[in-house]
Amino acid sequence: MKGKDIQIKVCMGTGGLAAGGETVLRAFRESLKEKGIDATVDRNCSIHQVGCRGFCARDVLVDVIIDGEKTTYQYIKPEMVPQIVEEHIIKGMPVEEWTVKDDYRQFHEKQVKVVLADCGEIDPEEIDSYIDRGGYEALRRALTEMTPEQIVNTIEASGLRGRGGAGFPTGLKWEYARKNPSEVKYIICNADEGDPGAFMDRSIIEGNPHSVIEGMIIGAYAIGAKKGYVYIRAEYPLAVKRLGIALEQARQRGFLGDDILGSGFSFDIKIKLGAGAFVCGEETALIASIEGKRGMPRAKPPFPVEKGLWGKPTVINNVETLANVPYIIRNGALWFAQYGTDKSKGTKVFALTGKVRNTGLIEVPMGITLREIIYEIGGGIEGDRRLKAVQTGGPSGGCIPAHLIDIPVDYENLTKVGSIVGSGGMVVMDETDCMVNIAKYFLEFTQAESCGKCVPCRIGTKRLLEILTRITEGRGRPGDIELLEVLSNDIKLGSLCGLGQTAPNPVLSTIKYFRDEYEAHIHEKRCPAGVCKNLLTYTILEEFCKGCTLCAKVCPAGAIVGERKQPHRIVQEICIKCGACFETCKFSAIKKG
Amino acid sequence: MITLIIDGKYVEVPEGATVLEAAREADIYIPTLCDDPRLEPFGACRLCLVQIKGMPRPVTACTTPAREGMEVTTTNDEIERIRRTIVELLLSDHPNDCMVCEKAGDCTLQELAYFYGLRENRFWGERRQYSKKDNNPFIERDMEKCVLCGKCVRVCEEVQGVSAIDFAYRGFRTIVAPAFEKDLNCEFCGQCVSVCPTGALVGKLSLGKGRQKDIKRVDTICPYCGCGCNITLHVSRNEIIRVTSSPDTLNEGWLCVKGRFGFKFVNHPDRLKRPLIRKNGRFEEVCWDEALDYVAERLKEIKERYGPDAIAGLSSARCTNEENYLFQKFMRAAVGTNNVDHCARY
Ligand SMILES: Cc1cc2nc3c(=O)[nH]c(=O)nc-3n(C[C@H](O)[C@H](O)[C@H](O)COP(=O)(O)O)c2cc1C
Repeated sequence: MKGKDIQIKVCMGTGGLAAGGETVLRAFRESLKEKGIDATVDRNCSIHQVGCRGFCARDVLVDVIIDGEKTTYQYIKPEMVPQIVEEHIIKGMPVEEWTVKDDYRQFHEKQVKVVLADCGEIDPEEIDSYIDRGGYEALRRALTEMTPEQIVNTIEASGLRGRGGAGFPTGLKWEYARKNPSEVKYIICNADEGDPGAFMDRSIIEGNPHSVIEGMIIGAYAIGAKKGYVYIRAEYPLAVKRLGIALEQARQRGFLGDDILGSGFSFDIKIKLGAGAFVCGEETALIASIEGKRGMPRAKPPFPVEKGLWGKPTVINNVETLANVPYIIRNGALWFAQYGTDKSKGTKVFALTGKVRNTGLIEVPMGITLREIIYEIGGGIEGDRRLKAVQTGGPSGGCIPAHLIDIPVDYENLTKVGSIVGSGGMVVMDETDCMVNIAKYFLEFTQAESCGKCVPCRIGTKRLLEILTRITEGRGRPGDIELLEVLSNDIKLGSLCGLGQTAPNPVLSTIKYFRDEYEAHIHEKRCPAGVCKNLLTYTILEEFCKGCTLCAKVCPAGAIVGERKQPHRIVQEICIKCGACFETCKFSAIKKG
Repeated sequence: MITLIIDGKYVEVPEGATVLEAAREADIYIPTLCDDPRLEPFGACRLCLVQIKGMPRPVTACTTPAREGMEVTTTNDEIERIRRTIVELLLSDHPNDCMVCEKAGDCTLQELAYFYGLRENRFWGERRQYSKKDNNPFIERDMEKCVLCGKCVRVCEEVQGVSAIDFAYRGFRTIVAPAFEKDLNCEFCGQCVSVCPTGALVGKLSLGKGRQKDIKRVDTICPYCGCGCNITLHVSRNEIIRVTSSPDTLNEGWLCVKGRFGFKFVNHPDRLKRPLIRKNGRFEEVCWDEALDYVAERLKEIKERYGPDAIAGLSSARCTNEENYLFQKFMRAAVGTNNVDHCARY
């Protein structure tokens, strides 16, 4: 009997594609054709492209599923494909050498996948593969069995809060919009995702665009909107393409357009491309941008739910927020609320990066501790170095020091320690990271991305950055820490939008927890982590130096002098602190510090 | 009407008024750089921050609608500290060359620095520097002095409907610029100059013509057309160096290019001050009696020889309504023709 019993799934998310997913997929096609698989094993064999499954560092990831039994391969290259086909698909013997190991399982063990449940399982360019897994069932139920009010109540009861940063209760936002008597209303999906290092929203759209669309249609029905926009940055071409395909397929199936599923409700969605300004993720700037104006925030109130796009009531929700909606409607508010903490329900997707062994996209229940994320999912710190801090929430967030990693990750607790959940960036830092330098890095970003409208943000962040720069370059002055604190507080209180109101967070949190590092830079002209170049000196320890001359050979500045077989010496005036000698010395005779 | 309490004072304002408007109503001073009651609120300079009871953080008075029972505090230590920081930040990115600035004495930024006693500044660092000159004929644009209050951008769009300028770039590099940063090429109404709180925009005609303190102000009516805009002539050393208009006039302070910049003729050597009659191929100055007699005689001659319809009269929008009435009356009754027209009769 021929059935659908062999499935091959190749990761074609951005990470998968970058690692060569397309060539791997092609290799499977060719190899299967060459071997005449259907005839050989007398079974139906299908190949699918799927979205991101999180562990991008191991791409290309390939699932081979035979009779429901899944084997996952990692680091797959096209030349490995024939062997997999030969041994595994034809002979039924997985190529053990290339399959994922314990650490891959460990990476997934503590994760709970709600939003990402279908990501990496379905073909994002094929609507049926979403429908097969229950897709658009929630929409059918919402439109045929529920009133808008019931939908809003369900979302409220689930405790879902906005995943775009501020954590505003989604049900409440929808309720405000629903109650507004305006004839014309809009719903906007915020897919701007401008935080450096964040790729949650992008991966969701690339891996399962229909979940976002379905969430949007349900939201539109609940609030009474006839038109929706997805504001997505043009730098996400794959997401834009897959979203476009998904919208078209949804229209063909009657999930979008006039009289959806015979309910009398009509709704359609337009894609609006953003030009990649961080501030355009801020809702009022985003609205201005859709209206064709310069993306500059305006003061609230009025809030977008009162006066939004074209002056009409508008709900703006983040991608991840909306992607949660179909699953909540399908499985019920209680099911969703079982995950998470008292005030923060459900799961949250994070982009885990930095000095952890396993980097990638993870989805965890709210309330999980940072320790679990770093040491269990993340597999601990690279090179078994010491954890120093975790930066959460992107440029608007703060640095949480190692001694606080047992706090639960949710809106309230992260705020309490001076950081935020934000959109979900999570950068792990170890003892080789300089906290002043980290603060400077984030300020470089926010300073450049300020829209320039209000004074505290435009000039204030610039001055913050300049003070941080001079500290890292050894020109810090006594009083600079206090000046940073005062200015940071005034910027937070004085700025117009969330960008300026949060931009000083990396500065304040690093001062709060790592003041001694700032002091070392300023008073001792020393960078304890050995990062800030101007504060480093490289010296040769005579007792260890064998006079092998290797360091003198690699020194690009000719700063190392000495006779063969005699201890060498670094001429400090000439040294450019590139660290080449340090890396080269075989006898650990060069001291950095 | 709404009643709110500002600094303990009960204030009554109409629905829709902002907290800033309410404070002004009650004569309570709140500093601002970007507010102009004639323009849409912008909320950019952040100087008008006030504390409202029940709100977690200070909010801008210019953008916050007044609500019944609202309790507003316009000044406290925290608010003053932030305002001071804002002014210091602005000054840290400003040429601070008041000694040679046209606007000295009439500059909001200078006033604020004075008000906060800012002789020293905690902040210093890079300052925006622009060497490019705008070669347009009327408006001197010194963007190093710009505080990005956005008034020029708003007046150009909201009042003039021209949108010749807008913000460009991001962050510290943000600048107000015409499209593609070319030279300004608009209708030069100069409304932008009139709303600029600093020396970033000044009329080129008045450059170097006199300090604010030396100016005598003369209120009059613009002679250019029948609109009759109120204008104020700024006179220095018996020369008109600038024309402004006050916001509390019929024309709300708005003028066109002629009214604002078309005053050079007043002191121009070629300006006609007495009638001229061409004698032997050359113009000669004559007295009014002679000129009027001459014209009357010639008109009479033409009318007798060719009939009244051989004569036509063209009047000017620069005359008053009364003068124009008299002129057509003269043409119809005295000359006897309907051939009379006027440059503003579309
Ligand atoms: C500077 C700035 C950037 C932002 N960028 C984003 C973004 O990229 N994506 C997003 O969903 N929300 C972003 N937000 C938050 C939005 O303003 C808004 O709160 C959010 O989209 C609301 O959706 P939610 O309630 O579903 O979270 C940003 C806010 C600020 C102040």
